[in-house]
Amino acid sequence: MALYFFTPFIAIILTILGGGIIFYILGFNPIEALKFYFLTPISNLYGLSELLLKATPLCLIAIGLSFCFKSNNWNIGAEGQLTFGAIVGGGVALLFYNQEGFYILPLIIIAGAIGGMIFALIPAILKTYFNTNEILVSLMLVYVSKLLLDYLVVGPWSNPEGFNFPETRQFSDSSRMPLLFEGLRIHTGIFLALAAVMLSWFVLYKTYLGFQIKVSGLSLKTAKYAGFKGKTMILVVFMISGACAGLAGVGEITGPIGQLHRMISPDYGFTAIIVAFLGRLNPFGIIFASLVVALTYLGAETAQIFLQIPKYTGQVFQGMILFFLLASDYLLFFKVKILSLKKNELRH
Amino acid sequence: MYKNFFKYLISAIFLLGFSVNSSADFKVGFVYVGPTGDHGWTFQHHEGRNAVEAAGIKTTFVESVPEGADAERVIRQLAQSGHDLIFTTSFGYMDPTNKVAKDFPNVKFEHATGYKREHSNVSTYSARFYEGRTLLGHIAGKMTKTNTIGYIASFPIPEVIRGINAMTLAAQKVNPNIKTKIVWVFTWYDPGKEAEAAQALIDQGADVIMQHTDSTAPVQTAEKAGVWSFGQASDMQRFAPKSILTSIIDDWAPYYVERAIAARDGTWNQQDTWHGLKEGMVAMGPYNSAMGADLVKEVEQLQKDLASGKVHSFTGPIYDQKGNILVAEGKVADDGMLAGMSVYVKGVEGDIPK
Repeated sequence: MALYFFTPFIAIILTILGGGIIFYILGFNPIEALKFYFLTPISNLYGLSELLLKATPLCLIAIGLSFCFKSNNWNIGAEGQLTFGAIVGGGVALLFYNQEGFYILPLIIIAGAIGGMIFALIPAILKTYFNTNEILVSLMLVYVSKLLLDYLVVGPWSNPEGFNFPETRQFSDSSRMPLLFEGLRIHTGIFLALAAVMLSWFVLYKTYLGFQIKVSGLSLKTAKYAGFKGKTMILVVFMISGACAGLAGVGEITGPIGQLHRMISPDYGFTAIIVAFLGRLNPFGIIFASLVVALTYLGAETAQIFLQIPKYTGQVFQGMILFFLLASDYLLFFKVKILSLKKNELRH
Repeated sequence: MYKNFFKYLISAIFLLGFSVNSSADFKVGFVYVGPTGDHGWTFQHHEGRNAVEAAGIKTTFVESVPEGADAERVIRQLAQSGHDLIFTTSFGYMDPTNKVAKDFPNVKFEHATGYKREHSNVSTYSARFYEGRTLLGHIAGKMTKTNTIGYIASFPIPEVIRGINAMTLAAQKVNPNIKTKIVWVFTWYDPGKEAEAAQALIDQGADVIMQHTDSTAPVQTAEKAGVWSFGQASDMQRFAPKSILTSIIDDWAPYYVERAIAARDGTWNQQDTWHGLKEGMVAMGPYNSAMGADLVKEVEQLQKDLASGKVHSFTGPIYDQKGNILVAEGKVADDGMLAGMSVYVKGVEGDIPK
């Protein structure tokens, strides 16, 4: 069990070593490159704030995904749920354009969560009642939501004073997440992520629902035998997952972006899948994992600014983390045996 | 090799401090929206950067910076890490550029294609691509047999509509029966969508394909179908040597070098630049010999006249689709009207998406 939580660290160390070797082959001083990658971005207050800002949506989405993944439901469409949540939340923000009121921001946040929830219910309902594959449905819905967002920001919701550029108006101040510190971009949305972490820990480890989720994840047959209502549980985990992704979307548009446009998420919904697994689907593990993965984004920028290392190394690092995690899991939990088979044995 | 590697490993233990190079050298930073190898928009900005570098000025670039929440951080990091002049080369960087500029009054900012200059250290610049479109229109009007020109458009913003109108007006001048068919792809760069759009236009009878998107897919589709096409942003001739008649080339190099030197020497000041053929920010690629010597001569003359100001792309009378007059006879459209252009001229088919 201890090993189970230890392998992510092995994966990270291997990734750093692997990264160093890649930098060395590319002709950079690996130590200097790694320093710019992992230390420079967070060497000041602004950098730390940016790290938290970047980790917030990843953490939120991964927390939601952990409910799905723990119960053997493969929701791959968090990006779509994020987008749809942002659309619904953004719609409310535009509805209250230029209005004052303490209730506006909470309304937007709730609307975003509901939006994500509804969008996640589509693959869930199709799975429970029509036996469709949730991986395909949730993934394809990502494109549906992105096209819907495209349509809205180009057409009906585009800024009337914006020369037809594909973006909405800037939300008014009452629709924006309050900043935590003057001059830094970290905003109150981080509390949503922390609340999600606490709540998910409570639900997963202290409630009957959490027990059902875990049992279903370990063995669907056992869950059925125990008389758990499988369909309800599938709907619930998808709703939780969608709500979290929707919140992440709302956090982005009411936080650093401040409007709806076509680029509200650099694929947070997909990267969060790596975060969820790196964090071992454990709420506190996910906090740690979201910080590590957020750092790969920031590091890629710093490394390009200071050393002109191609920015795509960020994605290479994310890929390496997942690869090494899966590889070390495999090697740790399965015994490798070299068998010598006789020819006729192979013919079975 | 091993020795070096171990040396690095050992020094690692000692070198884990924080030290950021903050040399006093003058440095210029560039923020790109795409990869440097897109052979279109970003590629040309990167060529401009290379020219600045060749002029002996240190430069840095960050590529593929999404126009969302990340842009502000990248721009701020460049400002923080000792860059004295920063070019942000996409429209979506407008608000982040102005936000960062407020906090770094000593750093100069240049934002491409935007209209907000909220602080005295922010300049904007763009090119009069429509002048190039006028030349394309003239060529297209002469070369088409089906009198149908296919136009792949990105977003219905004034710049794109201006290009469609300039092209159509010039084509009508040499061929009154011309029709412009448009497909909106709602992306700046998506080879798959662009190729489909090109094919759809060819199927509708267009025998000249023009694009306001950045990939080489449309010219390659045109080459395969055996119709004419024009390169966009960079000289795309080698991607479709038979089909491409010429290319509109965005040449940012002279401007970048001039502004970098001005910033270094302390003579930089805020401005809103809109350069065209005259200053060389818009240039034309080599003309295809299939055009024939006479047409090439005509176009070269028109190019000279546009550059000297003798001919203007938008000279009246110009009518909109319903026949209302936009620019009166003998007048030319002023820059204000061009900057906000949001209606098609007569002869363009379809409606602007709303």
